[in-house]
Amino acid sequence: MSNTIKVSVWRGAEEGEFESFEVPRQPSQTVLDVITYIQRNIDTTLSYRFACRVGVCGSCAMTVNGRPRWTCRTHVDKVATDGTLQVAPLRNLQVVKDLACEMTDFFDKLDRAEGKFHPTKTRHDDFDFITPDDKKRKQASAGIECIGCGVCYAACDVVDWNKDYLGPAALNRAWTLVNDERDGGNDVRLAAVAGDAGCHACHSQQGCVEHCPKHLSPTHSIAGLKRETAKAAFKGLLGGSD
Amino acid sequence: MASARVETRLWVWQRLSAAVLGLCVLVHLGMIIYAVQDGLSAAEIITRVSGNAVWFVFYAVFIVAVAVHAPIGVRTILNEMTGLSPKATHLIMAVLCLVILVMGFRAVIGLYQAGAGL
Repeated sequence: MSNTIKVSVWRGAEEGEFESFEVPRQPSQTVLDVITYIQRNIDTTLSYRFACRVGVCGSCAMTVNGRPRWTCRTHVDKVATDGTLQVAPLRNLQVVKDLACEMTDFFDKLDRAEGKFHPTKTRHDDFDFITPDDKKRKQASAGIECIGCGVCYAACDVVDWNKDYLGPAALNRAWTLVNDERDGGNDVRLAAVAGDAGCHACHSQQGCVEHCPKHLSPTHSIAGLKRETAKAAFKGLLGGSD
Repeated sequence: MASARVETRLWVWQRLSAAVLGLCVLVHLGMIIYAVQDGLSAAEIITRVSGNAVWFVFYAVFIVAVAVHAPIGVRTILNEMTGLSPKATHLIMAVLCLVILVMGFRAVIGLYQAGAGL
């Protein structure tokens, strides 16, 4: 292992350039460790975003050597195979400064996909009893561990060419709620996720599946939404005019 | 953005027509491989197809499936890759559907009736 690693880091906003740094190598060093070292020891004006450092909060995603990754759980050994690192902000999001992106669009789309719980009961009602092997429960569980890091959104080519597209994370979130027995918002949700900005725009290229750090399959969730919206269309539940 | 209902219905139509096309293409390819064994000639094709109701129905279904499937795909590509308005791409889809239907049925009906002139 070399004593140092060469790192080029994006500086600026939409317009900018890569700046080179040399950072001491450490055992088990993560890409976030490298960025933090630069910010604390070399250039305190470097802007980036992180919180938990252990793969829970989803705030430290960046483009590392051309691929979107969660930097806190990405070991330098794994990605800097030739001893160099290039770290840039996530694709498909407006850059605020350096490595920090404006996430508003990403989170607004969770809302637009009706990725929120529509309760059907009050505190006076009994619990729903849902067994662990219930089919819908399993489908919801398969997508529920999303940490909202935006890696799938940056990896998605459809987001790149269709700025209105809701994106893998929002559609995956909608799918978990479609399968939630306690939720009563599916009519409005299926109408929200259908169409050329929703699940029908997905080309099943699976960039989201390839890059999701939690190993989720948004493509699978989106395929489920396609099936459910088709059923809803036959029942005349999607609204809108012909 | 077109309505959710329209997009969903088009998606369903494209999937259904794809299922029909899957079968049709297999039969079509199988027939091509079979037909070229002894050389391919117009007379040989006409002899097989002309006046044959089974082949007429098969190719009629094939054409309808293509006329449904391809224009929806073209509309999607135009929506994604060009700056054309949704109305324009919808119109192109409809025109392309008609062109495929007219040209396809012209050929199928022509071949069905061709034997009478031989």
